[in-house]
Amino acid sequence: MASLKDVRLKIAGVRKTRQITKAMYMVASAKLRNAQQRIERFRPYADKFSEMLVSLRGTDGDAVHPLLAERPETAGVGIVVAASDRGLCGSFNAGIISAALRFARENTSAGRKVRFYCLGRKCCDAVRTRGGETALAVIGRMNAVDFALASEVGIVVMNDFLSGQVDEVHMFYGEFISLARQQPAGFRLLPAGGGTSESERAGAAEDFIYEPAAGTLLNELLPRYVKARVYRGLLDTAAGENAARMQAMDNATRNCDEMADALTLLFNKTRQAGITNELIDIVGGVEALNG
Amino acid sequence: MASLRLDIVTPDRLVLSREVDYVGAPGLEGEFGVLPGHVPLLAALTTGRLFYKADGRTNWVFVSGGFAEVAGGKVTILAESAEEAQSIDFERAEKARKRAKERIDSHRAEIDLHRALQSLARADVRLSLRGR
Repeated sequence: MASLKDVRLKIAGVRKTRQITKAMYMVASAKLRNAQQRIERFRPYADKFSEMLVSLRGTDGDAVHPLLAERPETAGVGIVVAASDRGLCGSFNAGIISAALRFARENTSAGRKVRFYCLGRKCCDAVRTRGGETALAVIGRMNAVDFALASEVGIVVMNDFLSGQVDEVHMFYGEFISLARQQPAGFRLLPAGGGTSESERAGAAEDFIYEPAAGTLLNELLPRYVKARVYRGLLDTAAGENAARMQAMDNATRNCDEMADALTLLFNKTRQAGITNELIDIVGGVEALNG
Repeated sequence: MASLRLDIVTPDRLVLSREVDYVGAPGLEGEFGVLPGHVPLLAALTTGRLFYKADGRTNWVFVSGGFAEVAGGKVTILAESAEEAQSIDFERAEKARKRAKERIDSHRAEIDLHRALQSLARADVRLSLRGR
């Protein structure tokens, strides 16, 4: 049986761990609130943007913009993976990374070349250990994502796409559904077409004046649209990461409580056993003297 | 008189949303004005100064990387960044201007001249709004 001192030390250790997990829980919840606000504030921009794009695309049917054009053959695939910089958030990162890697495997087995654009230390490491080709690695910036980051990533990806390095770009990220639910998700970033249905087109029949001409305007608008979609993925990942961490830390705190209870019980039992033993010794001694 | 609603939206926030009498925007092909009852218009904006008139006053807004949509009595500006003149951080703009100047003057190969020029233009426009 463990000695009294050992058990006491262990209890102290568990309590300290609990303090840490509790603090991390609170930090994550504050960050989550922040990330959710950012998503909220981004929504009007994103909504308005798709509206504009739809109304533009309705008019300019014939001229296909290079960022929209489907390529007949896909030889190279770019994969943007947005995960977090830090762990301790359950299976959040593992889920995103494995979804991305599965997608990459499907493509390599179909004979396509795969290039990774990694955001966040966790996925940079994962891709590197598996020997994937990394075209971009962003480390240490997932803690505070901003539009500038989305913009940088968007520019790199679009350049590779336009120069023919890759013929398709997909993005994988952690979708934030609710506090209790985050799941890996993916979408096709480039070519950027295919998102609008016929009915949406019909609704955009208003006669707009375009300045400059619709084609040139699309030239300006599309790159920003791509950046906005990257940004959306980043924001979701940021929120999802913190929600996942909240859950993980909540679980850890509860486990600490359970463990501290169990250890306290053990401590009391050990102490009582010691007392009983001493009593037996004393009583035995008295009996021996009397006898 | 019909009214005109101006919304300025950036990825980070809704910068401005109010009823105005007139909007002057820095279009890519030249400045244009919007009065109530304007025909639907979609225009790309350059980095520059936008102004609107409301309650007899003229107010200035910095916009960069934006688009303007005019439809149904509403003017919507979508910009990568936008700041009202009174909330511009001039010290920061001053520093950005200096940094951009140094980069342009250094003539080093690794400097992205295009980006430096853009950031210089942004800083200049911001600084030009001082005191407005």
